[in-house]
Amino acid sequence: MNWALSIFYYIVTVLVVLVYGLLLYAFIAKTMARVQGRIGIPIYQPFLDIIQTYGRRTAVTHGYMFDLGPVFRLTGGLGTLAFIPVIYGSEIFGNFHFAGDLLLVMYFIFFGQLGMALGAGESGHPYAPMGIARGLAQMTAFEVPFALAVIAVFMQYETASITEIVAAQQGSIYNWTLFTNPFAVLAAMFAFLGMSMYPPFDLVTAPNEIPIGPPTEYHSAYLSLLQTNRAIFAGAKLVLFMNLFFGGATNLPIMVLKTWAIYMIPVLIGVAFPRFKVENSIRFFLGVPTLVGIIAVLYMQYWGTV
Amino acid sequence: MNKQDKNPGNNRENLIKLENAGLTAEEQQLFCDAVPVPYEPYSLEFVERFHNWIRANSLWVLAFGTGCGAIELNPLMTSRFDANRFGVMMRPTPRQASVLIVAGYSSVKTLKRIIRSYEQMQGPKFVIGLGICTINGGMYYDSYNTINCLDRYIPVDLYITGCMPRPEALLAGFMELKRKIKAGECDGANRYVKDFDWYKANQKKVIKKWDMPDYNW
Repeated sequence: MNWALSIFYYIVTVLVVLVYGLLLYAFIAKTMARVQGRIGIPIYQPFLDIIQTYGRRTAVTHGYMFDLGPVFRLTGGLGTLAFIPVIYGSEIFGNFHFAGDLLLVMYFIFFGQLGMALGAGESGHPYAPMGIARGLAQMTAFEVPFALAVIAVFMQYETASITEIVAAQQGSIYNWTLFTNPFAVLAAMFAFLGMSMYPPFDLVTAPNEIPIGPPTEYHSAYLSLLQTNRAIFAGAKLVLFMNLFFGGATNLPIMVLKTWAIYMIPVLIGVAFPRFKVENSIRFFLGVPTLVGIIAVLYMQYWGTV
Repeated sequence: MNKQDKNPGNNRENLIKLENAGLTAEEQQLFCDAVPVPYEPYSLEFVERFHNWIRANSLWVLAFGTGCGAIELNPLMTSRFDANRFGVMMRPTPRQASVLIVAGYSSVKTLKRIIRSYEQMQGPKFVIGLGICTINGGMYYDSYNTINCLDRYIPVDLYITGCMPRPEALLAGFMELKRKIKAGECDGANRYVKDFDWYKANQKKVIKKWDMPDYNW
């Protein structure tokens, strides 16, 4: 396949994931509204919000890093998505892949947050660095169980290519990492709770005390970029988890079903639990989830079967 | 000497920079001193109409209770009235909000915050005056520290009268605001910029201790 066609297919994938991510967001918001006895937002509301922020007539800049913050964030989202096969075996949704793409994807997940931290830091708003300090501290903590889970997956499949990891899980539901390496999945799902920014780990953007944290000063087209990225990044993370632990997907309906089911885990935990302070959430991630991650690595070292 | 030269504060063509006289020399370097300019709508009419439709269906309200009327905003979002279904959302920061609800009476001290918040919002921005106090002062008409007519200080697009108006009235107000936005009648941000000197003079008349920039970029 030539490069031009690959890039065209990648753009198609990005658009599909963007639309899917926005619809998923609206669907979850509507579900939560129904739980609270409300009708909730229309299913197309996130699309209107993006166009609304993009169509603002004025914008204020605070400097070059402030301008680049959302760009870095979007680069993180697009980069993460670029090396994850959204649908295994599909020519259009297969995306780019090479031998060590899982390592690159892990860097891309961190990259967007750091770029955003630099940009929001220049905005000069006192709540932005507070949100960044909380976000990066919490992120460093949940990266530990996630990294341990990924190391266990490396040891299990003896490869760092996501496509090969998905290929190894095909055939039967019992080939999924969920059943062959349950400790790694458990540790990674703990980390996923922190990544998805739902309660109890939503202190980073806590709207009631530090007005939504890092993006406090972001508005107009900047915010439009951030909203776009939120949909793409959420989709990319869900697809990554589906690929690593839940057997990937061979067609679009299976992808939608699996990612929706994975997304419901932090949502259901989120509606049931109150918010953690940052020191509590760091202690939490460095406690049981890290222990489960270490057990996953030891399990693969001494009792691994694959 | 023509009439405008006698009063340079009213001559916007000659005024290149804001004075920011309320700030110290050190603080003046920290704030933007450019004069705000009016923004023209999109040159293609159907694009502007499309954006107006979008703006009307995605109203981001600044969650900022300025008076007793703020208590009516809470049931607006809960299950009984549920403004979310009409595309009305609460945003915690003025930078992202497009609708400012001045909920009830406004003391001079609060007015200062209202002005700062309003100026930090990005246009097109809309203001709803909630309650009789924003129209003529209501029961505080002769109070020494509340303002009587909000429209003299920031451009108001819509008033909802009552003391206090119930959430139903607020919802009806949102519907009317949507109609006006779709019809392209809500141009408060440009009105504020065009009559900038008049608004500033009125604001500075009541706010004695003006220790903020003349326009909060």
